[in-house]
Amino acid sequence: MPENFEVDNAQLTQRFRQLQQHLHPDRFASKPEAERRWSMQAASFVNEAYQTLQNDLRRAGYILQRNGISIDEETDTQMDPMFLMEQMELRESLEMAESAADPLSSLDEIRGLLRSSIVEKNEAFATAAEAASWQDARTVARQWQFLDKLLKETKHVEERLDA
Amino acid sequence: MALLQIAEPGQSQAPHQHKLAVGIDLGTTNSLVATVRSGVADVLSDAEGHRSVPSVVSFSADAQPLVGQRADELTGDTSSVIRSAKRLMGKGGLDLADSWLSDHYKFDTSSGSLPAFVTQAGSKTAVDVSAAILSQLRETAEQSLGGDLVGAVITVPAYFDDAQRQATKDAAALAGLNVLRLINEPTAAAVAYGLDNDEEGIVAIYDLGGGTFDISLLRMQHGIFEVLATAGDTSLGGDDIDNALVGWLLEKAGVSKLDDEQASADVKRYAQTVKEALSAADSVAIDWRFSEGHHVSEQLDKAAFNDIISPLVARTLKPCRQVLRDADIEKSDVRAVVMVGGSTRVPMVRESVSDFFGKPVLTSINPDEVVAVGAAIQADILAGNKPDNDLLLLDVTPLSLGLEIMGGLVEKVIQRNTTIPITRGQEFTTYKDGQTSMAVHVLQGERELVDDCRSLARFELNGFPPKAAGASRIQVLFQVDADGLLTVSALEKESGVVASVDVKPSYGLSDGEIERMLRESMENAGDDMQKRLLQEQRVDASRVLEAIGSALDADGDEHLTHDERDVIDKLIVALRDCQESDSREAIKKAIHDLENGSSAFVERRMNASVRKMMSGQGIDNIDSSAWTRSEKIDDTSV
Repeated sequence: MPENFEVDNAQLTQRFRQLQQHLHPDRFASKPEAERRWSMQAASFVNEAYQTLQNDLRRAGYILQRNGISIDEETDTQMDPMFLMEQMELRESLEMAESAADPLSSLDEIRGLLRSSIVEKNEAFATAAEAASWQDARTVARQWQFLDKLLKETKHVEERLDA
Repeated sequence: MALLQIAEPGQSQAPHQHKLAVGIDLGTTNSLVATVRSGVADVLSDAEGHRSVPSVVSFSADAQPLVGQRADELTGDTSSVIRSAKRLMGKGGLDLADSWLSDHYKFDTSSGSLPAFVTQAGSKTAVDVSAAILSQLRETAEQSLGGDLVGAVITVPAYFDDAQRQATKDAAALAGLNVLRLINEPTAAAVAYGLDNDEEGIVAIYDLGGGTFDISLLRMQHGIFEVLATAGDTSLGGDDIDNALVGWLLEKAGVSKLDDEQASADVKRYAQTVKEALSAADSVAIDWRFSEGHHVSEQLDKAAFNDIISPLVARTLKPCRQVLRDADIEKSDVRAVVMVGGSTRVPMVRESVSDFFGKPVLTSINPDEVVAVGAAIQADILAGNKPDNDLLLLDVTPLSLGLEIMGGLVEKVIQRNTTIPITRGQEFTTYKDGQTSMAVHVLQGERELVDDCRSLARFELNGFPPKAAGASRIQVLFQVDADGLLTVSALEKESGVVASVDVKPSYGLSDGEIERMLRESMENAGDDMQKRLLQEQRVDASRVLEAIGSALDADGDEHLTHDERDVIDKLIVALRDCQESDSREAIKKAIHDLENGSSAFVERRMNASVRKMMSGQGIDNIDSSAWTRSEKIDDTSV
């Protein structure tokens, strides 16, 4: 498959299945130990690769890594102050949502905002990757991580509300 | 059999011998064994014609344990007649307080953390009990198939955690069974109905057994089965329907309660007959005499029967709603509902479930047998009897796996519903200056606090060089195999210091313990068993020799230097020399040496064949060394 940020999901899934048809431990269940061990490693690798490539954000991180850039360098904490302000506001509204009159619909609203911001980041990353502007791509991916994490937190909040 | 053969799509292997493999449904109340013969999956009957074995084992001081029907029918002192041992599989002493079992049996919790039933034959763990049942099933299969089994697929509930799966594998090892794969019961039921064939969508598996109820939602996409959600009630089943009917009989007869154990067993059996009759007829004539003056004689029609059991059926719908909520899907998203368990024969159960999901339920396969049948189909494929079949079950981890980090929190390394097998790493660092060791605490569960998750294992990585806080880099690697069993290792990157554990939680057995238990059971079984094991070891040796030999003939020169070839040749001679000796240990060691000594060769051949396979497809930019290393791909969470 071509090494692009944009992937053809149907093609990706088809290739994943093709590989697992040959490599999965079920294909080696009655084979000698050495082959079974090998099959487990190969199938693990394919599973991990598929899960990485299927998820937009993880795929973005992987593409950066392929281009020699780590997304998780902790020494670098510089971020756009405007973006950080927006994040703080979103976090505050998430905290408030829990005690709102109709918490579930407040939650839905926050989720809607996050989802559309994530779509923007996805597009911005694609553009930067296309132009091989890796530092820009990295900045976008960092912001994307923040949004993704917040989206996961909305799910935790919902679970708490349900319980 | 050629070593390392990867068949091209559509290219079938050379004519092969049909290998004997079975599927086993190791149930709480009943267990079954099934196999595929002439392309048809069917349950195997024992010598007396029973298609299922009650999961009951009776231990006595001076004889072999009794399994199944005969144990089930014992009367008198039943303290050594163990039922429902599956409820205790993989559970530690602390779990015991919650268990239904503690009302029925005495337990010995002295030996480590593995609780054991106190019986006339001494302490017996749930693994021992299950092993006795599995041995019985193996005998049934070998007698009716007329040969040794190459292996078995054993089913486990979808919610079984690592410890419970490990305990099931331990029991199989004790019973001398080679486990081809553990698969989830609902997955097996879906396979039995062929729902994997080119279908996409979500299936509900409704399993109402003798004493437990489970509902699971599976998502299928071209042979990939993902357990979306599972819920249930571990104290709800067919027994409760019988008890409700007994309650009705007592009320009608004006009897408040039965003191006599025999009398209550009799009336319960009668209630079962009535229940079964009402699955076919609209009305049944009840005629039961408790004692003089306490007599029930009237017609019981279906409507009245439904009234009696409707609260129980309603209780099963609550977990049904819960799984839909957990999976975040609507009833209308469910495209098929499979009925499993004898209690789903009751028409009202079928009707209620069908009403709930708004579609007819699948009942054409015997609901007691459907799980074993699905397991048999999978066993047939895994044994290699169907090289052209492309059904592939890709299972997922039912629960998240993680590590304890500072502050009593759990850092998840592998999220639940991750397709297995999987290897994933996480990097950690030290928090104190001069730190030379690190404790690794492995946990399973969805919650954030260590105390709310289940502790699977603890181990220490010792002796790496002291550095400033935060300067050492420790890579912790989680590896989950295709059966869902976990191995964890930790590596300090600079010094290369390594520590690892197979996660056999405190409830599991070590290989050494299994060996010991096998030896003990063999001492009882005598010489026959010894001979058989020796014979099996010799067969193993021929298999390995043949496989390596044909691989070397095929392309040994291509992949090996002269010296490397020499080493392997010597190991082959060593194995040939001891193959006919009477020492099982010596043969085992020689096999092990040869397999180890040729593992680099195996790897090179397999990598070469994968490259060949992929070059035809236009993917050759994958670094082939990645196949043999478990590389960490950074998780991008902040």
